[in-house]
Amino acid sequence: MDNNVSSNLQTLLECKGITKKYGPFTALNFTNLKIAKGRIIGLLGPNGSGKTTLIKLITGLLTPNSGEIKINGLVVGTETKKMVSYLPERTYLNSWMKVCDIIDFFADFYSDFSKERAYSMLSKLNINPKDKLKTMSKGTKEKVQLILVMSRNADLYILDEPIAGVDPAARDYILKTIISNYSENATIIICTHLISDIEQILDDFIFIQNGSLVMASSVDEVREVQGKSVDALFREVFKC
Amino acid sequence: MLWTFSSDRPIYSQLIDKIEFLILSGNYKPGEKLPSVRDFADIASVNPNTMQKALAELERKGLVITQRTSGKFITSDANLINDLKVEKAQELCFSFFNEMKKIGYDEKNTIEFLNNLRKGD
Repeated sequence: MDNNVSSNLQTLLECKGITKKYGPFTALNFTNLKIAKGRIIGLLGPNGSGKTTLIKLITGLLTPNSGEIKINGLVVGTETKKMVSYLPERTYLNSWMKVCDIIDFFADFYSDFSKERAYSMLSKLNINPKDKLKTMSKGTKEKVQLILVMSRNADLYILDEPIAGVDPAARDYILKTIISNYSENATIIICTHLISDIEQILDDFIFIQNGSLVMASSVDEVREVQGKSVDALFREVFKC
Repeated sequence: MLWTFSSDRPIYSQLIDKIEFLILSGNYKPGEKLPSVRDFADIASVNPNTMQKALAELERKGLVITQRTSGKFITSDANLINDLKVEKAQELCFSFFNEMKKIGYDEKNTIEFLNNLRKGD
């Protein structure tokens, strides 16, 4: 079975029959999946469904037991890491660092990083670049991390729970940031439980459960054919 | 202005309704230049692809016109805008009559009710 999100467009990401096991436990057992360029995609599923495992395979932080993942035609590796900008669900930044130092660090590390973009987003969110991370609230830290990730000119952005800890007003700003800061050819994968908050910026969505792909479709199609939101469909499909 | 969307219909079709409403209510004047797809998507907090789809549909209807080098504009065709006005007015009335029917007023009673309401002013 092929699960091609918007198959008429140019492919950015391709997964071929990947499995990932943690000991005897199969975390992911995927059929084929293709994701096109220029789309915003929601990666959705209940807790423990394999979302983060899939993300870690795409970012090359884990290697699959079998199967293959390609980005822009290249098997995941050093080259593809340059193409992917990843927001993990946990912070990995040193809390004693100032935001401006982290920005310098990122600019050194990633050739596609735009300092200008980072500083403009910081000022819009009223974050002082001279502040140290450890003095910030959880939500502000999350904003800083998202700014860092969105300040790169990547082909693929992967955002794991980008809005979970921030207030509704900042959430709106973050969604706007996501929409206005990606180029037309870039694709964004957003993994979240706050479906209704992000639904209006999604092109497509992917449902996964127990490591398998349950459904891949466009948001408009679900609304048109079934007359309900993806949020409502999620509650139906994954009813406890 | 906050753009809100209901959950039962595609977002692009809700965008079309919204933009048509903005044209009829005079927020966008005939011949006025529209924001770029990106900016417009930003204003509405929607995906640019979705906004593109809505604008393409409005273009198909003739309400929005693309001028190759200078962007998208609202049509200056007063007839077209007037047709849209009639169409929207019909939609509003149909849904009103429909709702009235649900609470036990048939068409005749509804019109009577409206006339009495006017006299009461």
